[in-house]
Amino acid sequence: MLAIRNLRSYYGRMQALKGVSLHVEEGEVVSLIGANGAGKTTLLNSIVGLVSSLTGQILFFDTDIIKRNPRQIIRMGVSLVPEGRQLFAPLTVIENLILGAYQRYRKDKKSEIKSDLEKVFVLFPILKERKSQIAGTLSGGEQQMLAIGRSLMARPKLILMDEPSMGLAPLVTTQIFQIISELHKQGTTILLVEQNAEAALRISSRAYVIETGRVVLQGMSQELLHNQEVRRAYLGREYKEVWE
Amino acid sequence: MSIWNSHFECMARDELKQLQLERLQATLNRVRRSVTFYRRLFDQVGLVPEEINSLEQLARIPFTSKTTLRQSYPYEMFAVPLREVVRLQCTSGTTGEPIVVGYTRNDLAHWTEASARILSAGGVTKDDVVQICFDYSLFGGGLGFHYGAELIGASVIPGSNLDPARQVVIARDYRTTALVATPGFGLRLTAAIRKKGLGPADIYLKRGLFTGEPFSEKTRKQIEDELNIKATDNYGLSEIVWPGVAGECEEKKGLHIFEDQFIPEIIDPETEEVLPLGEKGELVLTTITKEAFPLIRYRTGDITILDASLCKCGRTLIKMKKVAGRTDELVTIKGVRFFPSQIERIFSRIEKVEPHICVVIDRRDGEDIVEVLVEISEEIFFDEMKKLQELKSRGEREVYQDLGISVEVKLVEPDFFAREAMGRRLIDKRERK
Repeated sequence: MLAIRNLRSYYGRMQALKGVSLHVEEGEVVSLIGANGAGKTTLLNSIVGLVSSLTGQILFFDTDIIKRNPRQIIRMGVSLVPEGRQLFAPLTVIENLILGAYQRYRKDKKSEIKSDLEKVFVLFPILKERKSQIAGTLSGGEQQMLAIGRSLMARPKLILMDEPSMGLAPLVTTQIFQIISELHKQGTTILLVEQNAEAALRISSRAYVIETGRVVLQGMSQELLHNQEVRRAYLGREYKEVWE
Repeated sequence: MSIWNSHFECMARDELKQLQLERLQATLNRVRRSVTFYRRLFDQVGLVPEEINSLEQLARIPFTSKTTLRQSYPYEMFAVPLREVVRLQCTSGTTGEPIVVGYTRNDLAHWTEASARILSAGGVTKDDVVQICFDYSLFGGGLGFHYGAELIGASVIPGSNLDPARQVVIARDYRTTALVATPGFGLRLTAAIRKKGLGPADIYLKRGLFTGEPFSEKTRKQIEDELNIKATDNYGLSEIVWPGVAGECEEKKGLHIFEDQFIPEIIDPETEEVLPLGEKGELVLTTITKEAFPLIRYRTGDITILDASLCKCGRTLIKMKKVAGRTDELVTIKGVRFFPSQIERIFSRIEKVEPHICVVIDRRDGEDIVEVLVEISEEIFFDEMKKLQELKSRGEREVYQDLGISVEVKLVEPDFFAREAMGRRLIDKRERK
């Protein structure tokens, strides 16, 4: 579905990605883990066309989308749940959701959008309860659900999620991850960037470890959970065991 | 005919290429960071790993030789700290310093998976009783097959290094259905079965997987006929994994290389140029899943041909032909270059001769002398002198006709090779003088 080859991204003269190659197959949850500043968010932003200085190939269903603008890319079926939610805070829940369907609002029947809205409400009953509430007044977890719900409104073939658990209480984090695995069961394809490496590895089938703009490890998530380097660097384990 | 991991073994070629590129790039980034040898090597040739944008560009990287591995004895080439290593094995070291090879837990999982693929390709299922006649030692073979067979769920007998006579009793009594051994041991086993007055009907064997020695078609036929089994070949090397690099399926048209774990190339051993697909040359392997002991463009020394034709079994993996010889076995005598395997092929045409030969090169009075030791079957060993003489001169004549070199043929008794030459096909005494 998605195949990236030798992706290099630049912010001015600073190179954030140094030749990253990765792929996501249909129906897969793939996670991307790495320290702060490793280039994870840049990678997601590059896929949806938010980074302008790019070289390499981003093949989405065999079409190179590297020079396309975000609107075209979203229309092709890629949806981003951005870091920090980026909701329209003064608008209501339902307005936020409808804005998620922005690019197909004129094209599709209103009834289709309405039925998609119902689907989101089935997945997140809490949003239905609060549909008229101002988005900025929701709790962190609810805001994250709204951000995911909004991305679903675009009927994406691939969802990119950037740090969905950031700033959330542990209990709420668990809830968000349950939603992600629920989406996976429904056949949604997800590329997930997470600080919470352990949770990400547990719900994904495969993973890539990024270090200063390069992929240094990749494989089945189960394998990476057993990789000592990953355990030491990202899972906060065995620190004592390794360094005494 | 079952395929153990159809996801990887039957992957579309373009998907496989993507996977190989990803794994190659991650491996290069890791060795650059963690292995001093590779950091220096890359710096020397001014290579930054991220410049490798395609599999073809792999050719820009210098080779890793066996000498390098010997010089790095014991742990210099490891890419992870020793405490992440859960197994240490080594190469035999018959031709020099041994090489220590480490495996992390994930490395062992990949190795076991590869071994399960080989066994499945050879027809082994969970219903089989697998008898493994490889030493359970430092050299990998026994343990590699053992874990693979267990993963499949077969009943595994660690026959290890018991002598053929006892292995036969075990095979008969435990109802072994699959044999794992060297071709030479396969032959000794057939002899042991005959000696006990047994035949294929008295044992339950259905299939055999052979590796670790040159395995000619003649040997294969002999083993298959005498044991009434299907015999498949497989390939590996202790520096990487043995077994586990490639395995033959029941089509017997070549050994499928597990390209999701290894990238194969064929080079001209002299000019070191990469050769086009289908040409004969030295096999070079790059490991792309190994954590503890990754090797970039390792020169295996084995001569073979890659074959990308589609296999009937459904695997999309490229095939390698049976190993046709070793680069370090290339012999030059009075300007004529040949491999012992070429002489072996000549003798495999001659009847009543066991398909086992050993070329001994010596220098007498400044002249290179080539002796070919040929094993003959038991029946004719005590035959008339005249017949033996005939056999000898026919061999010498045919070698001269085919290769243009004069050799002296010596007939040796059965079992000589198992005892003395130990699978070696070339003994060059010139170097030691």
